[in-house]
Amino acid sequence: MYAQMVKSTGKGIKPREEMSAQERAFQDRVDADERIEPRDWMPDGYRQNLIRQIGQHAHSEIVGQLPEGNWITRAPTLQRKMILLAKVQDEAGHGLYLYAAAETLGVSRDDLTEDLLSGRMKYSSIFNYPTLTWADIGAVGWLVDGAAIMNQVPLQRTSYGPYARAMVRICKEESFHQRQGYDIMMKMAQGTEAQHRMAQDALNRFWYPSLMMFGPSDTESVHSAQSMAWKIKIDTNDGLRQKFVDQTVPQAEYLGLTVPDENLKWNEKRGHYDFSQPDWDEFFDVLRGNGPCNTDRLGARRNAWEDGAWVREGLLAHARKKAARKTAAE
Amino acid sequence: MAGNDKDALLNFLLRMGDSALILGHRVSEWCGHSPVLEEDIALANTALDLIGQTQLWLEYAAEIQGEGNSADDLAFLRDAWDFRNFLLAELPNGDFGRTMMRQFLFDAWASILLPRLAQSSDPRVAEIAAKAAKEAAYHLERSADTVVGLGDGTAESHDRMQAALDYLYPYVGEMFLSDEGDAALAAAGVAPDPASLRNEYDALLKRVMNEATLELPDTRFTHSGGRDGRMHTEHLGHLLCSMQWLQRAYPGSTW
Repeated sequence: MYAQMVKSTGKGIKPREEMSAQERAFQDRVDADERIEPRDWMPDGYRQNLIRQIGQHAHSEIVGQLPEGNWITRAPTLQRKMILLAKVQDEAGHGLYLYAAAETLGVSRDDLTEDLLSGRMKYSSIFNYPTLTWADIGAVGWLVDGAAIMNQVPLQRTSYGPYARAMVRICKEESFHQRQGYDIMMKMAQGTEAQHRMAQDALNRFWYPSLMMFGPSDTESVHSAQSMAWKIKIDTNDGLRQKFVDQTVPQAEYLGLTVPDENLKWNEKRGHYDFSQPDWDEFFDVLRGNGPCNTDRLGARRNAWEDGAWVREGLLAHARKKAARKTAAE
Repeated sequence: MAGNDKDALLNFLLRMGDSALILGHRVSEWCGHSPVLEEDIALANTALDLIGQTQLWLEYAAEIQGEGNSADDLAFLRDAWDFRNFLLAELPNGDFGRTMMRQFLFDAWASILLPRLAQSSDPRVAEIAAKAAKEAAYHLERSADTVVGLGDGTAESHDRMQAALDYLYPYVGEMFLSDEGDAALAAAGVAPDPASLRNEYDALLKRVMNEATLELPDTRFTHSGGRDGRMHTEHLGHLLCSMQWLQRAYPGSTW
């Protein structure tokens, strides 16, 4: 998941009668659940919207390496270290497929990277929260990847072919990630008193930021409506958030942990849990760059990019020399 | 197994396991910070292979030691003086060039040793080595390509790679030192005498450095003290502080 508040054309849905013949034909294909492929005609708004959404998703995978990478060198057993390495490697791989999917829309990975580093493009708010104990690595897998799956499973049916196909692969790996996170939480929650305390503390800190991952209520959002008409977005933010809460609360109970929400209650009539909304002011603060880790996360990515410039230039220069030598030899 | 043979085998297994562990740890420090996304993936993959090898070597080491330890106990509860990794593995990452040069110098050694170990008279050693040899061959292909690419890249990348080679080369010789235990293992067909691998290693280095337009330092001097635990660098203690933190701070927990 990892796409929040993606801006669309900003104009809401175009009524059918205002569409050109080409636009109407396009919408008919989307409505018939046909996949749109890179060489097909598509409205500019659709293309721009997808670039923003896929790009934000890709950036989230890349920045998302940092909070988990923070614990790779301190993982408590060889097995845990291997699992975490494999997981973070998967995230980087997801970033790679997603950048590749975005490239089919006519934007380069380097352009997207520049946009991330300049702050023009965002990544998910969740990665601006710190991982302070080993239990946080469990909570990230359980809650953050759990929320991501909730959003990504429907995106396997998204209208844009390369994005949908990337999602199929990503979803398979994400469910392994979530299971390993829950497994860490189990060990911690059922472990020593200190471990249980770490587990509860991790849930306390990650609960509301996880709810924020779905984005604010979309009842008011023109962006959401257009994205849904184009099948770039399949479910509403509120619908997904409810589904996440309904799924996660019994899991927390099984762990013997308390969800930090006094208003959390099963609502027999609705068949859902009632729950408190996260602090949306905090969410907007994080988006504006004022989360606990924004500066460090972006700084780490900027350093990686800038310190690595000589490497990219060196390898490129070598590839050119090699090609020139080959031509000369022919 | 006679006491001396057992000690020799245990030492050997610890050298293999500890070198993979410490280098794997160093490589994993790059996670999320590499110059290119593909490198992030490749470095994580290398670290993952090395930690996987560690588990196999240290599991066998713990069995030979016979004190009821697990591979995790050996990794997380020994102090620096009990580690038997080569000093090369514990040196800090430096820039990406130094990390890849260190990887190449290690991969070149591993890719020569492991196929031989796959023929070991000790079936367990042979089995572990056969698996690790495939990984080492792949790691070498990648690290050699990167060393060549950056050595023969821009003036800056060339200078950085030469500086990396100059810094790391005095740690290479330790991988080829031999002692009485190595002689006993060689006689028993468990592992080749490390010194016997040097010519092939030198030839490989010469070929790759030549292609990379880098100059091998003209010295046979080597730092040592890792493989026998006599004297590690100051860096190892800091690495262990991070690596062993949870096991030390919360003893007896299950993770």
